[in-house]
Amino acid sequence: MKIVVTVKQVPDPNSATTLEADNTLARDKEVVLDPGDECGVEEALRLKEAHGGEVILVSMGPERAKDAIRKGLSMGADRGVLITDAELAGADALMTARALAAAIKTESPDVVICGTESYDGSTGMVPPMLAELLGVPQLTTAKKVEVDGSTIKIHRQTADGYQVVEAATPVLISVTAGIAEPRYASLKGIMAARSKEIKQIGMGDLGVEKGEPAETIEGLAQAETRKAGKVIQDDGTAVEQIIQVLVQAKVL
Amino acid sequence: MAKIWVYAELNQGKLQPTALELMAKARELGDVEAVAFGSGARAAAETLGKHGAKIVYVNEDKAFDDFIAEPETDALAALYKDHSPDLVLFGFTSDSRDVAGRLAARLDVGLISNAGDVDAKDGGFVASVPYFGGAKMASMRANKKPAIILVRPKSFEASESAGTAEIKEVEAAIGAGSKRAHIIERVVEASEKVKLEDAKVVISGGRGMGGPDNFPLLEALAGALGGAVGASRAVVDAGWVPYAMQVGQTGKSVRPGVYIAVGISGAMQHTVGMKASKIIIAINKDAEAPIMKMADLGVVGDALKIVPALTAAVKAKKG
Repeated sequence: MKIVVTVKQVPDPNSATTLEADNTLARDKEVVLDPGDECGVEEALRLKEAHGGEVILVSMGPERAKDAIRKGLSMGADRGVLITDAELAGADALMTARALAAAIKTESPDVVICGTESYDGSTGMVPPMLAELLGVPQLTTAKKVEVDGSTIKIHRQTADGYQVVEAATPVLISVTAGIAEPRYASLKGIMAARSKEIKQIGMGDLGVEKGEPAETIEGLAQAETRKAGKVIQDDGTAVEQIIQVLVQAKVL
Repeated sequence: MAKIWVYAELNQGKLQPTALELMAKARELGDVEAVAFGSGARAAAETLGKHGAKIVYVNEDKAFDDFIAEPETDALAALYKDHSPDLVLFGFTSDSRDVAGRLAARLDVGLISNAGDVDAKDGGFVASVPYFGGAKMASMRANKKPAIILVRPKSFEASESAGTAEIKEVEAAIGAGSKRAHIIERVVEASEKVKLEDAKVVISGGRGMGGPDNFPLLEALAGALGGAVGASRAVVDAGWVPYAMQVGQTGKSVRPGVYIAVGISGAMQHTVGMKASKIIIAINKDAEAPIMKMADLGVVGDALKIVPALTAAVKAKKG
């Protein structure tokens, strides 16, 4: 089974971020492989271990996004592809999906695995767009994946439980972060990753042109914030003060 | 007058509440029409009419119930060709995301997601979207036609308006190869005592709860207050509690009378789903956590001690 996993380098969720002059997120901060994508890589590796095949990581980003790919390679993925092009800076979801689709098509995978949503944007729009552009069905928000020959069956997370959904390959699966605990890269894995191939390609190689962006930021305003109230140290009276608030709010 | 479409999401024959919220906003933006697919579409159309839809396009083909996103995308794309609305509004929910993403790629128009508001401006549409971790609000203009905008649930209040919809039965236009991602079983896991979205009091736990074993402390407090228990994405991702409990951008949006955030730092992903609560109480070890800056009452202390004491005090007060 040939599996492509889309991976994204994101600002470290644990570090502060800043904005560039053009209102795109500054990428010079600490960056890491998106924690949700780590789960995607893990699930792909488990599928490969059970059914054989190859795991290819595809990412879009600046050159240093190679570090994110390298992280996945050190977990055990076979090789990587990085789409990098100055034109793609600040690309919206559809442009991102178009570039990823063009790169993934050249691999003709049986399964494409995406995280349900990135840690920085958290909008989850790329997977369905990518599925459409690849012309494959989408098995979204999977918290479990089973393979039976060329049939893929998932447990699709819903508001009150899950649905069992199946489709034949080729297929795109978006996985939830809870699907599999990502493994730590072993020292051997880290050493091996150094010599694994990361192919770097640009828009020209893919034959993708940058279209009109779907949206333009017209203005930025400070978000309406709630006024900070009272902050107290729990000196033993905290419970009494909370009770007072509950009584005032008429829930008690 | 701009032509506005509301994609009325149905789930097993039931019209989803977000559809009616979108109707209330759509009425301000132009002439409203709605699209409803799958079992229950005709009944939903009556309701949509009462909420201001002049025309509702319906089709009750079972493929809309049983397959993910592709049948809806085919049908919407065909309807778009015939009627060319200026704006298509979707709820920012799992099922609608699946359809909207595919449609935006099919029509090559892109979309704006996670909107909290939409305005008609200079002949087009501008959505208000949290940006930069929620510290800023961006006004995003949709450049393409149709504009496709996904709005977070509970952004608007649903309200009836005078009127009856003309119900138009349309062809399903589902491609032969579009019945692929097949839903073969539905499993209900959560048996919520009080529904999270409707609860007057919500008590949510985050990483600061230390582990899943401590969540019963929150259940006990919720029981005493007649409320429901929620959670942050971090602990859902970590597998401590089911997704049904997640409050936030990609979980549930709540606006209870009182929201008690326990051991939650207050990342944007979480706060967009609860900041409309009337009163927010935060309990956290860290006085600098962002949640403290938006809480009406912030308590710096050990949640594992404060929560049980609070439960006991609530019970004592109630007698």
